[in-house]
Amino acid sequence: MDKEMTGAEMVIEALADQGVEHVFGYPGGAVLPIYDALFQQQKVQHILVRHEQGAVHAAEGYARSTGKVGCVLVTSGPGATNAVTGLTDALMDSTPLVCLTGQVPTHLIGNDAFQECDTVGITRPCTKHNYLVKTIGDLPRVLHEAFHIAKSGRPGPVVVDIPKDIQFAKGIYSRPREFQHKGYRPKIKGDLDRIKAAIEIMRHAKRPLFYTGGGVVNSGPEASHFLRELVKLTGFPITSTLMGLGAYAASDPQWLGMLGMHGTYEANMSMHDCDVMICIGARFDDRITGRLDAFSPGSKKIHVDIDPSSINKNVKADLPIIGDCAHVLEDMVRLWRSTAAQADKAALEAWWKQIDKWRARRSLAYKNSNEVIKPQYAISRLYELTKDRDAYITTEVGQHQMWAAQFYRFEQPNRWMTSGGLGTMGYGLPAAVGVQLAHPNSLVIDIAGEASVLMTMQEMSTAVQYELPIKIFIINNQYMGMVRQWQELLHGGRYAHSYTEALPDFVKLAEAYHAVGIRCERPGDVDGAIREMLAVNRPVIFDCVVDPNENCFPMIPSGRAHNEMLLGDATLSVEEAITEEGKVMV
Amino acid sequence: MNTTHYPAAGVSQQIETHTLSVLVDNEPGVLARVIGLFSGRGYNIDSLTVSETEHEKHLSRITIVTRGTPMVIEQIKNQLDRLVPVHRVIDMTVAGPHIERELAMVKVRGKGEHRMEALRLADAFRARVIDASTESFVFEITGASEKIESFVALMIPLGLVEVSRTGIVAIGRGPEGM
Repeated sequence: MDKEMTGAEMVIEALADQGVEHVFGYPGGAVLPIYDALFQQQKVQHILVRHEQGAVHAAEGYARSTGKVGCVLVTSGPGATNAVTGLTDALMDSTPLVCLTGQVPTHLIGNDAFQECDTVGITRPCTKHNYLVKTIGDLPRVLHEAFHIAKSGRPGPVVVDIPKDIQFAKGIYSRPREFQHKGYRPKIKGDLDRIKAAIEIMRHAKRPLFYTGGGVVNSGPEASHFLRELVKLTGFPITSTLMGLGAYAASDPQWLGMLGMHGTYEANMSMHDCDVMICIGARFDDRITGRLDAFSPGSKKIHVDIDPSSINKNVKADLPIIGDCAHVLEDMVRLWRSTAAQADKAALEAWWKQIDKWRARRSLAYKNSNEVIKPQYAISRLYELTKDRDAYITTEVGQHQMWAAQFYRFEQPNRWMTSGGLGTMGYGLPAAVGVQLAHPNSLVIDIAGEASVLMTMQEMSTAVQYELPIKIFIINNQYMGMVRQWQELLHGGRYAHSYTEALPDFVKLAEAYHAVGIRCERPGDVDGAIREMLAVNRPVIFDCVVDPNENCFPMIPSGRAHNEMLLGDATLSVEEAITEEGKVMV
Repeated sequence: MNTTHYPAAGVSQQIETHTLSVLVDNEPGVLARVIGLFSGRGYNIDSLTVSETEHEKHLSRITIVTRGTPMVIEQIKNQLDRLVPVHRVIDMTVAGPHIERELAMVKVRGKGEHRMEALRLADAFRARVIDASTESFVFEITGASEKIESFVALMIPLGLVEVSRTGIVAIGRGPEGM
């Protein structure tokens, strides 16, 4: 059904046709025609943020918690440049987004017009693809192509830059049919012969390990389903990256916890000592591998990824399989079943015995205190008091993020929204706004640091405006904790500019935003205060005042191998770990 | 303890030179995407040529000569392939026998014996005179890069003024297209 309409109307029509219900944005001169069109319709709801970076993070939270494409609308110039951090974040974490930017009229492009910037030039390296629409005839195709590219293959952000005269111009809008892009065709099905070869390697493995990542979550709930099935069938241990948490249930005995720089001892030691590594939807990031030449030296590596450029980038894969995780995992489950493949039981038993010894050292143990709240304790209690609820967790970046990954245990995918690749402080609060909007009746908590959360604090105003009862759980140690930790360990304890003097009173700040503020300063009050927070059906800022000197362990210092971890004081020694007394100590 | 936030540089491998043919949609910004990829990820470009080759299909062919370790070369190909307007990436260096050619225009200024010598050498190198004045020539020379380099080197003492080169274009031998 072809209809004549303006470019601005086409934008709304295309969003509606793509099933977009919410668009996060901020108006400005170069997008006014689109805002005018938004005003005159009911199909797409616009969420007014307080800063364009917040719009992109909110759309990321929305996308990651639903699997849908997040949508952003900002103006030209500063609107577009403010969105750049969020776009880069989405690119690094493979989050599907479409960001529409206004642009000065075509005849002014290149003239240094008011609020002009080279949006496609600036966003070229931080998007999966971008477009500048120069004729109205291209607009419908480009809009639909943008959604197709954002969500297919390895997902990512796509920018569509629309000059103001194009928004006013009239053209024919036609609804999209199934279309094939002329050049862009991501490979979805894995090569069956290679999958067979992988099964063969797995069958003979003595010390196998699944190492999974955000790709499994991005691939959709089926991927997690097949992953769980395959892990159960094989009896192999499994660990995951920060981005992959939730794809496999943390309560399961085969789960070793997160791996990498702040991963568990058992996960990292298993990575180092395994003889077959089955990497699914992860990319051997430097936070995972540590020292490359000492990374898992004795293992055969099977690498499943939808993006060929992730293969052999950092670590040589012995058996690469290009394809979508869900499809490859499904084939693996089917092949394992149909060939009645059996894992090497005796070897596997010995491997699990070894893993249990590593586990017994309790690498996540910490010395609790009756005087001061330990951040690990606060997050453990938050987990215990919310685990039976329909909860979604976002985080900022730093120590609190790692503690959240260690102490909050995820059972389902899409429940954990964090900035992994780019490490964007200020991600969590706006992401929580997006998550809450997508899941209005769920519990959405941003586990935050006091430094990070101040970077995008203005989005509290958005949460209050749209009555989104997000809970901002601030682990307040008055430091940029991870910076302080590195300064303590690597720079002789010279804490250059990592202490925040003159922090705001977060309770009063919450009240100033017409939200609820709660402060908790003693370990004995933590449970009560968390219950109080959960009882409030409004946005809450929870100021949890914690031990300012706590460090995040275990830790692989950079440039070290997995078997050279630094462990916390409370970790049991090898001797302690094997005695029964040792096991009951915390 | 290591005082950096990042792992140490990897073990250095042998550096290789490869010629890549890249078929792309001829649309605005496509060259910027390719060049931005190289500069953004720290890859080398030794030579780059681009022109539309199939007008009806809006296809351009980019020929890139690049250097790197085998792992980096593989990354470059995969990263190029990932760009949305890129249709195909062929590594001519490993795809089979192929021909590489370059065209150069060489301006030489001089009189008397120098002028005669320049003409004689041009003849030996099968360079054509495409512009002449009483005190100068412009030669057009086509061939492999080494041939052009030797010709240009010979022109220096004879009054070389300037050189304009196209960079390398490449095509596979035999009946098959890319």
